[in-house]
Amino acid sequence: MKYDDVTTIGRPDAASDGVPARHDEGARYYQRFSVPQRFLHGFLAVTFLGLATTGLTLRFSTEAWATALSRAVGGFGTVLFFHLFSAVVLTIAFLIHVGNLIYRIVAKKEYGLVWGSSSMVPNLKDIKDFIQQMKWFFWRGSKPKFDRYAYWDKVDYWAVFWGMAIIGFSGYAMWFAPFFARFIPGSWLNIALLIHGEEAILAVGFIFTIHFFNTHLRPDNFPMDMVIFNGRQSEEELKHRHPEEYKRLVETGELEKLRVEAPPRWLQNFGRAFGTTAILIGFVFLSLMIVAFVKE
Amino acid sequence: MNWSVLVVLAAAFALNVPAANPPKSAECLTCHDDKSASFHSSVHGSFSCTDCHNSIQGYPHPEKVAKVKCDTCHNDPVSGVTASAHASASAQACQGCHGDAHGILPASDPKSSTYPSNLPRTCGACHGDTKFAKQHKISEVYSMYMDSIHGFALTKDGLLVAASCSSCHGSHKILSKSDPASKTNRANIAETCGKCHAGPKQDYMAGIHGQGASVGNTLAPVCTNCHTSHQIASVRTAAWQMKTTATCGGCHQEKLETYRDTFHAQVSSLGYIETARCWDCHGFHDIRPATDRKSSIAKANLEVTCGKCHNGVTKSFISYQPHADKHNRHDYPLLWTSSIFMNMLLASVLGFFALHTLLWLMRSLSERRKSSPTEGEIR
Repeated sequence: MKYDDVTTIGRPDAASDGVPARHDEGARYYQRFSVPQRFLHGFLAVTFLGLATTGLTLRFSTEAWATALSRAVGGFGTVLFFHLFSAVVLTIAFLIHVGNLIYRIVAKKEYGLVWGSSSMVPNLKDIKDFIQQMKWFFWRGSKPKFDRYAYWDKVDYWAVFWGMAIIGFSGYAMWFAPFFARFIPGSWLNIALLIHGEEAILAVGFIFTIHFFNTHLRPDNFPMDMVIFNGRQSEEELKHRHPEEYKRLVETGELEKLRVEAPPRWLQNFGRAFGTTAILIGFVFLSLMIVAFVKE
Repeated sequence: MNWSVLVVLAAAFALNVPAANPPKSAECLTCHDDKSASFHSSVHGSFSCTDCHNSIQGYPHPEKVAKVKCDTCHNDPVSGVTASAHASASAQACQGCHGDAHGILPASDPKSSTYPSNLPRTCGACHGDTKFAKQHKISEVYSMYMDSIHGFALTKDGLLVAASCSSCHGSHKILSKSDPASKTNRANIAETCGKCHAGPKQDYMAGIHGQGASVGNTLAPVCTNCHTSHQIASVRTAAWQMKTTATCGGCHQEKLETYRDTFHAQVSSLGYIETARCWDCHGFHDIRPATDRKSSIAKANLEVTCGKCHNGVTKSFISYQPHADKHNRHDYPLLWTSSIFMNMLLASVLGFFALHTLLWLMRSLSERRKSSPTEGEIR
């Protein structure tokens, strides 16, 4: 069977009860994300939305919606509080993640996290996959056979690191300006705000369009990919989206160890509600941002 | 009553003696009884009728008698009005403000129409009328004044020291503000307001605005340019403080633009009044240029000025630029470079992935169309 023929097998067809066929009670399900990983995404999503909504309110503070929103929540103090609160929660989640990685790599010697087929570290295959994907875009080849993480997954992942470094550092520099001014010139605080704002707009623009499309809204996954919410994917999904990983898991006999129950209905509903809310908030603020930009 | 009035009265009396016997007040009241009640308690109550109606020499008097001339006694006020912006209304100018001629009360009487707290309503009879204002091409100032800190203090709180109409405009010789002699002319505003606000006046005169205005620089603001004239609000209200940035920015447009790019401005426009706005750094009445040693923004004073809000201010900290301009390559090269870099980064990353997404979408859709059996049949 050619890969192109496989692409439509896992495609959702609306079932009579409104549940997509992807959520097939009879299908075999395999664990993709652990509970801590899903919580990490959840914290990331909530704090990102918290930072984006409050941050855009600050960035476009002369817009009517920004002042109205600020007034509605009880003034600028509340806006800044939620911005800083989200920042701290996100920083803690980020540090726990990095700490956990270091622990697993150094103490438990899980070197597969650094290189190997299921690592988040970009490798030669990602470049090959990207070129293959380009060929596929232009009808010059078949879809690449992705491993556990596609190259855009890795872009999403490292974007957070980049964002944490740039936005996080500039943010804390402004928060504790007199302290940071002992090490950097005060005039760099001007640059800190510029970079903080621009980088944040990049992050917001990226997450609310590209990430939403790549992982959730693109026709193959529409309306959203539930795997990050319920942690499981059906055998078809695994085969279809991560053929290399599937092949490897079958060959090594690891696959059956990952076998799990079908996601419970409550988890599906929770994931849908969470994802829909996040996407809607994202789109609302994205439109407000674009309108404000055009007006500037 | 001053001596000149007495002299005039005495002269009038002396002149009248040789003529026919003027009627006594009691005789007048046999017909004109309606005038008696208010007249006796008025400021003129001790006078007899013919003191003012001096053309009447006996009874019966002609049907038409000469108009009373207030300037017989009140020479200065009347000549003041005649020379004033109210000159055209001088036919009944006195009564227009002082009320019925027979019931005029001293300005110190709380019932008087010219008592400080009654004065706004008296002036407002004309100046509170929108039709009148339109007709004379002036603003309807009464409602503005009544909502102002002056109007509120005077009429609601009963503070007689609060500025009433006459405090700023004078009473009889009210001149248009375009007249150099007017108390409300640009050149005289500081003097007029300074009568009560002596402290601010002193500070203002020491600052760059006062210095400029006093040598006739028409670009330098006087009190009313920032505080307005009739709508003057308390500077302690958040609403007023929220407006100050735009007020300063009305002249200092470039500075307003560069301020807008800063965190101070962003949180300010969300209603956070504690953040630094123009006057927090520059002061207000005695605003001085950075080159002045006494200026709050002179380099030597910046640690103190910034330290008003920020704890632990250092030499390095004060190199922060509260008016940095990312478009100004010459003065802010690092900021300019950062801005260009960020713009390029945003454009390239978002542009690249937008294209990637678009191609993906088109490819996916055509894939689905191709493999969709129903649509396939249609084709």
